[in-house]
Amino acid sequence: MLSVETFILVSVIKTVIALIVLLTAVAYTVWLERKVVGHIQNRWGPTRVGPFGLLQPLADGVKFLFKEDLTPPHVYKPLYIAAPMLSLIFALTSIALIPVGNVVSVGGIRTPLEITDVNIGLLIILGITSMGVYGVALAGWSSNSKYSLLGGLRASAQMVSYEIALGLSLIGVLIMSGSFSLRQIVDAQGGTFLGFIPRWNIFQGQIFAFFIYLIAAFAETNRVPFDLPEAETELVAGYHTEYSAMKFAMFFMAEYANMITVACLASLLFLGGWHGPLFGPPLLQAILPVIWFAARIFVFLFLYIWIRGTLPRFRYDQLMAFGWKVLLPLAIANLVITGFIVALKS
Amino acid sequence: MIHLTLFLVFGAICVAGAVNLLVQRHPINSALSLIAVLASLAVEYLLLGAEFVAAVQVIVYAGAIMVLFVFTIMLLNAGEEERTRGSRVAMVIGIPSLLIGGVLLAWVLVRHSGTEAVLAGALPGSPENVAWMLFHEFLLPFEVTSVLILIAIMGAVVLAARPEATSTGPGKES
Repeated sequence: MLSVETFILVSVIKTVIALIVLLTAVAYTVWLERKVVGHIQNRWGPTRVGPFGLLQPLADGVKFLFKEDLTPPHVYKPLYIAAPMLSLIFALTSIALIPVGNVVSVGGIRTPLEITDVNIGLLIILGITSMGVYGVALAGWSSNSKYSLLGGLRASAQMVSYEIALGLSLIGVLIMSGSFSLRQIVDAQGGTFLGFIPRWNIFQGQIFAFFIYLIAAFAETNRVPFDLPEAETELVAGYHTEYSAMKFAMFFMAEYANMITVACLASLLFLGGWHGPLFGPPLLQAILPVIWFAARIFVFLFLYIWIRGTLPRFRYDQLMAFGWKVLLPLAIANLVITGFIVALKS
Repeated sequence: MIHLTLFLVFGAICVAGAVNLLVQRHPINSALSLIAVLASLAVEYLLLGAEFVAAVQVIVYAGAIMVLFVFTIMLLNAGEEERTRGSRVAMVIGIPSLLIGGVLLAWVLVRHSGTEAVLAGALPGSPENVAWMLFHEFLLPFEVTSVLILIAIMGAVVLAARPEATSTGPGKES
C-alpha cells in the first residue's frame, strides 16, 4: 500500500504522461491522416515542414494559436465558449481509465500502467462518452446558425441512436469475462487455443460484436461514412461552422482523441489488449506489452483513415435505418446467443 | 473525511443546480442545470458506495434522457420565457405543501435521531450485488417494470405513427 503523498505524486506523474502521449498521438494522427489520405488520392500530403512533413502538426498548432479568435456577434456567448471546452474535456477524461500494459514496478513502487483502475471502468467510459454529445449539440445550438444547428441536431440524434448498439455489442464481452474492469477483461484473454490461436474475445465468438462495435464507434466519433454532423457538401462544416482558431482546434482534438479512445477500447475488449509474444531482457519484457497495444491502436487508426479515403457518406435516413433496423437487432441477437452459450457451458 | 467533504460539496452543487433550474429563464440553461443536478447526484451515489447506480445514472439520465431534452429544445428553438408574477394556485397550494413537507422531514429526522448514520461505502453497490438483488429478491418488480416499459414503448409508437403510415410501414413517407 502506498502512502498518500506517493499516491498523489504517482497519479500526477501518470496523468501528465498520459496527457502528453495522448495529445502527441492526436497531433500525429492528424499528420497520418493527411499523409495517408494524400497517398490514397495520389498526392504527397504534407512534405514541406520537416522530413516527411513530420513537423506539420507543430506548425498547425502554432497557426491555430495565432489565428484571430472570431466570435460572431449573434451567438449565445456562454455556451458558445463552453461547448468546445466540454468536447475536449470529455474526450480527454476517458483516457484516465484505459490500461495500456501490465502492472510495473519502478523504484520499488508497483503501479498499473493506467491513471486509475476502477472496477466499473468500462461503464464510466461509456458514461463519459455519452456526456460528450453535449459539446457538439451545444456548439450547434449556441452558434445560432442554421448549418450549425442542423449539424448539432444530427450529431445528437446519431450519437444517441448508435450508443445503444455500441453498448449492447459490449455486453457479449462482459458476459464472457464477467467483469466491468478493463484490466480483468484483458487478463481473461491471455493464453491460446491449440497453441497458436490467441484467446482474444474476437476468436471466442465475439466477431459479430466486434464489427457491430466498430461500425457504431465510427458513428459515435462522427467519422466517414457517418460524418453527417459535419458534412461539408451540405452543411459547410456542421456544428463547428462558426468556430475559428483554438476553439475549432479543440473540436478537432476532441474528435481525434475520441478516435484513439475508441481504438483503445476495441483493442482491450476484442483484440486481447496488450497480450503478445514476450522475449528478451526484463526491460524489453516490460515495454513490449505497451508496444503491442500501441500497434493495435495504430491498426485501428489506419483503418479509420483508410475508410475515410475510400467510402462515400451515408444519407441521413440510411444512417438512422441502419442503426435502428440492422445494428440494434444484430447486437441483441449477439447478446442472446452469447448468453445462451455461456449458460450452457457453465 | 475527504468523502464527507466531497459529499457536502456535491450536495451543495446539486441544490444550487436545482435552484438555478427554476431561476433561469432560458430553457437550455434550465436543461443544463438539470444535467448538473443529475451528474452531482451520480457523484453522491458513488460516494455512498453505489458505483453501479452512479454509472447508470450518468449513462441513462445525464447522457441519454437529457440529450433528448436538449435535442427537443434545440429542435423547437424554444426562446426565453417570460417572467410572470406567479399564479395564485401555486401560492395557495405551494406554501402549505412546503410547510407540510418540512414538518414531515423534521419529524422523520427527529424520530430517527438515535440511529447510526450509514457510512459512506458501507452499503453493497457493486454490479454483482445489484444484479443479485435484481434477479433474486426483486425479480418480480423487475420483470413487471420491464413489461411496463414495453407497454410505454408501444404506446409511444402508436401515438407517433401517422394513420396513413400504418399501411405502408414506418419510414416510407410520400
